[in-house]
Parts: sequence; structure tokens; C-alpha cells
Amino acid sequence: MAHDESDKLVGLLTDGQDDFTATWIRIVTSTLAGRLTAAEIQQDLTEMYQALLTALRDGGLHTRGEAYGEVRSLLTELSRNRARQGFTPTETAVSLFSLKEVLEPALSSPEDVSAYLQFSRVLDDLGLYTVEVHAKTREEIISAQAEQLLELSTPVVKLWDGIVGVPLVGTLDSARTQVVMEKLLQSLLDQNATHAIVDITGVPSVDTQVAQHLLKTVVAARMMGAECTISGIRPQIAQTIVALGIEFGDITTKATLADALRHALRRIEQNRETAQIGGLL
Amino acid sequence: MTDRVPILKIGDILLVSIQVDLEDQMVLDLQDDLSRRIVETEARGVVIDISALEIVDSFVGRMLATIAAISRVLGAETVVVGMRPAVAMTLVELGLSLGGVRTALNLEQGIGALRRARNQGPVSR
Repeated sequence: MAHDESDKLVGLLTDGQDDFTATWIRIVTSTLAGRLTAAEIQQDLTEMYQALLTALRDGGLHTRGEAYGEVRSLLTELSRNRARQGFTPTETAVSLFSLKEVLEPALSSPEDVSAYLQFSRVLDDLGLYTVEVHAKTREEIISAQAEQLLELSTPVVKLWDGIVGVPLVGTLDSARTQVVMEKLLQSLLDQNATHAIVDITGVPSVDTQVAQHLLKTVVAARMMGAECTISGIRPQIAQTIVALGIEFGDITTKATLADALRHALRRIEQNRETAQIGGLL
Repeated sequence: MTDRVPILKIGDILLVSIQVDLEDQMVLDLQDDLSRRIVETEARGVVIDISALEIVDSFVGRMLATIAAISRVLGAETVVVGMRPAVAMTLVELGLSLGGVRTALNLEQGIGALRRARNQGPVSR
């Protein structure tokens, strides 16, 4: 039974191939309203129609079967491109669903109608598939961007000979702390720096969690043998820190980066002087 | 007989460079040797170089603290130099902070730190 219907369907689709493709292209072009060139749409849809026809002929109505491999890969590509160009999943799926609309006028007998119903099930399935791919592509884009953001938002800059600064922008979570720490420690090593200044002017709020992460960073820098100062504490944040009872212990904190830099320079000068009064060697 | 960690004398500083992962016996030997050498040479400072260590756990951390304490009793300041970034991060994650142990980025700065320590007197940390 199912086999007859798919045969019937193949016949129907083959007979009216040119007409159907033309109408389909016309409808899709009108829904996408000039955001894609007519040539692109024509190429995509002609390929898709051909692939669909081949798949129906070889694999019947089992859309998850092997025969639909090519259709699926075409749909994946289409839906990916559309997702990148900013089309909504609906717009992508509707391009496929509009093929139903194309077929409707061509139905003449009850057999046609029942074949059409089967075909529409196939199209529904494939439509859902495009939505799936669309969502997946979007997620890939989002995670790639999050990664880029992580890289971008944690620069370590050399402020002076032996002094490196980390201007933190945005909230500190454990993943970011890890990246910041890694970069800071590595640059201490690379630049032979004895002082590190962590500037938190760009951190919107400091809670116990964020403070914990800051402390970790400072302790790690200290263990490498560098002095660490936290700067850029805004009045509001100073109040929050005290209200929450966060203890920074013996870590030096300064209101502005300039203060911290002055402090670090003074410390370096002091160290140089004390080291000069008769050496050990 | 197990390997011993070499202790080198430069002026009044003793340099201990740890090149391999330490076992219990080696640590005991090192503490023995070092305290003897400090007394013999009247050393005023000890530099422990751990730049070759990829893993520093609580065991090694405790050893460093012990050596620092022993040296201090004998009148020598200790500085640990050359800790790798990955090691520092691991220690922080473990919640260890090597309290009571002075650290420096490299040998040169370590010697500078010892000079300062000597001129300023013992700094409590």
C-alpha cells in the first residue's frame, strides 16, 4: 500500500517537475522578500527537488532512511546558511512546507490525495529537521562567541618594568578566573614581573563568590613570588565588601589603578634600596 | 642507597635544586643534609629551586614549610623560586598557600629577596 502511494507520488512529482519547481521558487521568493537572490533560491530549490524525488523513488517514505542522506545534507547546508544570515527557523521551514501548497492544485483523484497526505508527512519531518539544524547552528555560534569573549575580555598588560596589570571587565566566574589566572601567571614569568595589579573597575558587582575568585588569583600570584594589588574598588563596592564581611587579609587594595601603580613603583624602589645595603654575596 | 638532592654553596647562600619528584626518604635526607650544611657553612640564606617540578602536592608543600622552619631556627632565611604557573594554580585549587614560605619568581629575584630579608630582619608572613 505504502509502496503504491510512493510510486504514485513519484509519478506525480516527475510529471509536473518543471511546473512545480517554478511555482515553488516563485512562492519561496515572495516569502523571503528579496533577502536572497533569485538565482540562489532557484539553485537551492532545484537541487532540493531533484534530491527529494530521487529519495522518494529509492527510499519511499522513510525520511530517516539512507536514501534521504542527500536530502538531509542539502537541508543541513541550507538551514546552516540561513541561520548564519539571520533568517528565523520558521522562514527556513516554510520554504519547505510551501511545496505542499504547490502540489495542491495538481491533485485530481482520491489516490492523489492520499499520496499527498503521505508526502506532507515526509515534508513535516524534513521541516522539523531544518529547525533542529537551525537550533544547533545557533548554539554553535553562541558557544564560539562565548569563547571569543573569554579570550577578548582578559588582557594582561605591561604597565611598567616589572609591573603587569589585569583590567577585569565583566563578572568573574570560575571559568574566567581560571583564564585570568593562567594568563597573569604566565605573563609574570614572561616579563619577569614582581608586581601584579588586578583592576576591578569593570566588574559590576563583588559578592563573596567573586571575592573568593579574586583571592585565589592573588594567592596564586603570590606563590609565584609576585606582590599583588587589587585596584579600582568603587565606593559602592567598598561598602558592599564591608557589609558582606569579606576579608582581603593582608592584600593591598587601592581605589584607583593610578594609586596601585604608584604603590608598586614605590615598593620596587624600596626593594632596590634595601637590597643594596651590603649584599649577601 | 637512594639519590640525594645536591646542595650547592654560593657565598653564604645554599642552593637546593630539586630536579625529580621526591620520595619520603629523599625528603628526610634533604632535611638532614641541609641542616648540617647550614651549620657547617654558616649560611645565611637557602634558595630552593622547584622550577623542574611539575607536580607539587601537600606533601611537597609541607616539606617546603618544614625546611623553611628548620632553616629559620638555624638563622637562615629560605626562599622558594621558580614555581610554574600550573603548579601555583593547582596549589590554590587545593587550598594550599604555602604560608610561612617566602617565594620569588626566579633565582635572581630569590637572592634579591634574601638580601632584603637580611637587611630588614625577619619578616613575618
